[in-house]
Amino acid sequence: MNLLEKLDAAAAARKALLPDGVGAFGIPIEEVYSATEARIGDRRVLLLGTNNYLGLTFAPECISAAHAAIDREGTGTTGSRMANGSYHGHRALEKEFAEFYHCTSGIVFTTGYQANLGTISGLVGSGDTVLIDSDSHASIYDGCILSGADIVRFKHNDVADLEKRLRRLGDRVETTLVIAEGIYSMLGDQAPLADIVRLKKAYQFTLLLDEAHSLGVLGETGQGLVEKTGLLDEVDFITGTFSKSLCSIGGYCVSNHPQLEQLRYVSHPYIFTASPSPATIASTRAALELLRKGGHLRKQLWDNCTQLYEKLKQSGYVVGPDPGPVIAAILDTPQQALLLWRNLLEHNIYVNLILPPAAPEGKSLVRCSVNAAHTPEQMSYVGDVFSKLRSLVN
Amino acid sequence: MTDSKYDEIMQLLCDRLSSLTNTHIEITPETNLISQLSIDSIKLLNLIMEVEDAFDISIPINALADVQTVRELVDLIYKIKTTA
Repeated sequence: MNLLEKLDAAAAARKALLPDGVGAFGIPIEEVYSATEARIGDRRVLLLGTNNYLGLTFAPECISAAHAAIDREGTGTTGSRMANGSYHGHRALEKEFAEFYHCTSGIVFTTGYQANLGTISGLVGSGDTVLIDSDSHASIYDGCILSGADIVRFKHNDVADLEKRLRRLGDRVETTLVIAEGIYSMLGDQAPLADIVRLKKAYQFTLLLDEAHSLGVLGETGQGLVEKTGLLDEVDFITGTFSKSLCSIGGYCVSNHPQLEQLRYVSHPYIFTASPSPATIASTRAALELLRKGGHLRKQLWDNCTQLYEKLKQSGYVVGPDPGPVIAAILDTPQQALLLWRNLLEHNIYVNLILPPAAPEGKSLVRCSVNAAHTPEQMSYVGDVFSKLRSLVN
Repeated sequence: MTDSKYDEIMQLLCDRLSSLTNTHIEITPETNLISQLSIDSIKLLNLIMEVEDAFDISIPINALADVQTVRELVDLIYKIKTTA
């Protein structure tokens, strides 16, 4: 089988699952009306499949900041952070992230994906070890592969399993990076951070926490799981993304370790790419300010999360262990998930469809992402439709 | 470690692969994990975690890049076990 035939085989497998060309993946969104509504085909749909957790995509403060930055600095930096791509705004945003987390250093990356790639591959290398949760995001897996370090997985959110694997490493634990996530993107559950920190004190490894989905969502000021648990000082490196609660694109890493600055000189995903555009940086800075003061947004978000999570549970769906902005209905087969996804769309509700091997444990997911701009009426409608469709997928 | 350990690893892997794949194909040392057994990446990674527990070793998943057949997987596990 040559290279192109391999791609044909993969395409055939996808077509077998989606025989009538249903565009579940990469569906075109023709118009966006607000943080909660858009047009797909000729349907006006409710958006329940975005990561717009605080509902800030149309925040006037962010839009006017982006407009002003374009007028002032143009559409792009056309260069690397290492060369001509570090403007005042990039440095200011790094300082603001560091202050937000009470850390000494912060680095801004061009995407959240690159924040993990660049941080992990800058911290560990050949001969080192990374211990990662089995449900880790692809950016964590790819960062580990890029690093050349030995990659060992532990069972998802299983601290006893993590400890067993730490014990096996023996002296190698000194050069081991353990990676967890504030909120996991598939089931929406949270890392057992207090238990992981207990192991950190016993085994002395380095700890990286990815707050991509928890930034803006957890903690009084929205720092994430570190704030909710009061364990900010125990985590060595925090990464995250701008593309969820901050409604733009980019990523960051913050730390109190001065060695973080060295990543600017060794991390290929930081160096060998163009820096974020001035408009992206400006809207992110405005969004970070709104996020810090967004207690009311978090309250609205959590009211919405709890309402939909409880409704799905009451309706008989198997859902993740924790309520949160990511609420996944877990189904046994891809066919069940596809049926539910299509019927939701026919009721003008757009959610994410996730099939094996992307979904954990061979299951399939119909995943909702709730945001603070959803109204209680919209949440009621979505819950009622899920409830009505339950017998269909049984 | 003796050759009986190698045989033990081979037996355990063949048993687990047989139940994982639910196939009627006879699993031999030369069986290709992907083209013949259609083991996807996640199943293989989960199998590796089971093997780690069975033999109390760490198997870096990046070491699997060179593994295609059952024998190559047994060789890798045996090598790690003997140098642990």
